[in-house]
Amino acid sequence: MQTLYFAITILALLALVFGAILGFAAIRFRVEGDPIVDQIDFLLPQTQCGQCGHPGCRPYAEAIANGEAINRCPPGGETTIKALADLLDVEAIALDAEHGAEAVRTIAYIREDECIGCTKCIQACPVDAILGAAKQMHTVIVNECTGCDLCVEPCPVDCIDMLPIEVTSTSWHWQQPLDLIATSSQPHSPASLEGLSHE
Amino acid sequence: MSKLWTFHGGVYPPENKHQSSDSVIVHMPLPKQLVLPMSQHIGTPAKAIVAVGERVLKGQLIAAAQGFISANIHAPSSGTVSAIEERTLPHPSALVGQCIIIDTDGQEQWIEHTGLDPAQLTNSELLDAIQKAGITGLGGAGFPSSVKLQPKADISTLIINAAECEPYITADDRLMREYAQQIVAGIELVQQLLGEPKCLIGIEDNKPAAIASLSQALEQRKLKHTHIEICVIPTKYPSGGEKQLIEILTGQQVPHGGIPAELGLVCQNIGTVKAIADAVLLGQPLISRITTVTGKAATQAGNYQVLIGTQISDLLDFAKVDLAKTSRLVMGGPMMGFTLLDSQVPVVKSTNCILAAAELELAPVADHHACIRCGLCELACPAELLPQQLFWFTKAEEFDKAQNHNLSDCIECGACAWVCPSQIPLVQYYRYAKGRVRVLQAETQLAEHARSRFETREQRLIDEKLAKEKKRKARATAATAAQAAKRAANPDAEDPIAAALARVNKQKQATSLSTTAPVAPVTTEEDPYKALKTAAAITRTKLKKTSKALADAQASQHEQVDSLQASVDALTLKANKAQAELKAYEDKLGLDPEQEKQLQLVAVKTNAAVRKLEKSLATAADAAAVEAEIVTAKALHSSAAQALENYQNQSAAKQQETQES
Repeated sequence: MQTLYFAITILALLALVFGAILGFAAIRFRVEGDPIVDQIDFLLPQTQCGQCGHPGCRPYAEAIANGEAINRCPPGGETTIKALADLLDVEAIALDAEHGAEAVRTIAYIREDECIGCTKCIQACPVDAILGAAKQMHTVIVNECTGCDLCVEPCPVDCIDMLPIEVTSTSWHWQQPLDLIATSSQPHSPASLEGLSHE
Repeated sequence: MSKLWTFHGGVYPPENKHQSSDSVIVHMPLPKQLVLPMSQHIGTPAKAIVAVGERVLKGQLIAAAQGFISANIHAPSSGTVSAIEERTLPHPSALVGQCIIIDTDGQEQWIEHTGLDPAQLTNSELLDAIQKAGITGLGGAGFPSSVKLQPKADISTLIINAAECEPYITADDRLMREYAQQIVAGIELVQQLLGEPKCLIGIEDNKPAAIASLSQALEQRKLKHTHIEICVIPTKYPSGGEKQLIEILTGQQVPHGGIPAELGLVCQNIGTVKAIADAVLLGQPLISRITTVTGKAATQAGNYQVLIGTQISDLLDFAKVDLAKTSRLVMGGPMMGFTLLDSQVPVVKSTNCILAAAELELAPVADHHACIRCGLCELACPAELLPQQLFWFTKAEEFDKAQNHNLSDCIECGACAWVCPSQIPLVQYYRYAKGRVRVLQAETQLAEHARSRFETREQRLIDEKLAKEKKRKARATAATAAQAAKRAANPDAEDPIAAALARVNKQKQATSLSTTAPVAPVTTEEDPYKALKTAAAITRTKLKKTSKALADAQASQHEQVDSLQASVDALTLKANKAQAELKAYEDKLGLDPEQEKQLQLVAVKTNAAVRKLEKSLATAADAAAVEAEIVTAKALHSSAAQALENYQNQSAAKQQETQES
């Protein structure tokens, strides 16, 4: 009988000790914030456009962490959905058409002679990419613009255009070959394929 | 002869060099127009420093390097700058870029230039001369040479790349045969610059004439050059790749993501070395190069000394290329070159070959077949990659996995595609993958940047709000303090608030005392006539609005049509009722709004007439007549005004009566 009591006491003591250690560790090594939100936020395109229905990318990341659908980000498109699906280990689903369609990335341009200097677009820009002052012409800092579209609607004279980014010889890259030969960027003409034989 | 190593893989494509290697270098005559792209090198494009219409001399600087990794561009001949505009670039994308266009005048007038004595030059002066001459690597990549020649590490070996491993190209071969002296002089200069390292010249064994010529040139200066060695290496593609040549000559591998300088090595192309000699010893900037024109469609295949900026179409004409026979025009060699879609592009500093291939000369690929995982590509890859795996990852768009398999170490030599039995254009897959990786990296960077800007902005907005709040509070405290101070300074003065309150109280008492006394006939109660009028107007407006809403709803088939219809009916009734009440009231009093309006109109009109006459009085010649007229008009006006007043008084009296009764 004494052995039994002895064993119970020992186990109870051990439980106490380990419980104390665990409790201490839980407080001492507490993780600040929710790391999964950061990971999701990292995958989002950070346009801060609000097309997902949230006021920015981070709120949407928080919503995803709380179980919202991962297919509400049109700027990110399929790539982002795939990355999110990989991260969260869920099925990659098609983009929710209700929140918009995936489009080519654009940049805002102000038609400067039409601008009246109302500063409404400056207040709307989530990344401070518009430069200007009251009653002075405004302009978009192209390198900072995320193409979120948020400045277009508040403009009272409708002088903001969203234009696709121009491809230059430095930003150009090769496309995936379809029916191409290695060193040509054009499909090979059928004429030169007749009588195909190696030399 | 020092020991040679070998690299993994490699292929043996047909050399096809004899077509162009047998004839001497021909100087191409001056073309009418030269087109000089601002970006002929890796790095920032140069910036034009000449204006349209300006006359330039041969060798004059026309575009200046921008930043560290960039290169100067000089006028290849004398003439006039006819335009600075966008022209198609010799680039696989066939996109346009900024170019300076020079119409040559045929005088070939040189700008003043003198050679320097290398013995009297310091390293920085030597480097400066090379940098000013706008010299870039002439082997193909076009990296600015001055950058490569100021390595951070100590250099033990200078490697001169004369392998020229790509089929068809013989520009370096001919250069060595004809300009061996200048090449040796150039090597000396580079050695001087790098602290006299030993020099290994790597030449493939398929160029015996070039080897002989170089050996002879070295022999002549034997006493001076005991540490320049010609290393004849076996012909194998791509032994001319920088990393491959280094492995062959030194047995060392350049680490992943590293540069040869980390191993104490600098690699220079043989053409570049000659350009350096010209720049320093003759003071001539890089304005021309040797370009091979070859292929079955070229009837006069050979090597041509071409001015940079010469249109390829001009060069093809001069080399008698049969365009009808040409099925593909390739810039560069058949393994690593790219198809030109347009012959209206200029020769640039890195254009080593123009290949006018006749039909079937380059193996065309009808359609590629499925990968059978034979592994031949792995055996051929000189970079020891797994081409097959990279191909599968690229097809599946799994670029991170491709990156993990060292996609970036691919030198795009085309050996894998050459051996592939399924004829898969592997290199293009890798180029695509590299491009996508670059885009994705840029996007991630951009997103990171946008995030930080967004967060900074949010923080700023919060800070601004807090600062405003703080300021407001500070102002409030300051005001209270000022008040207190004022009171403290003048304790006898009565409190203004208390005084104001007392005043108000006093007034209140006064009014409550005098309520019985009629102070003034304040028309607090509303004029019933006016009230009726207002009510009628309001119901009328309401009816109008609701009817409009109803019409809209009917047009858009809205479901609220019924309820709107009901409210319209109700409002119609109400409006009619209000109108009727108003009418009844008017009838009862015998008021006629029409009559009142008429009277008002007459009064206003007469008044206007008086005003008009008074105005014309100032300018009128017959003042007396006008004055008389004014008197009559005034009389008219006063009678009209009188009538109106009478009427108003009457109706007011009537209203009063009814009210009282």
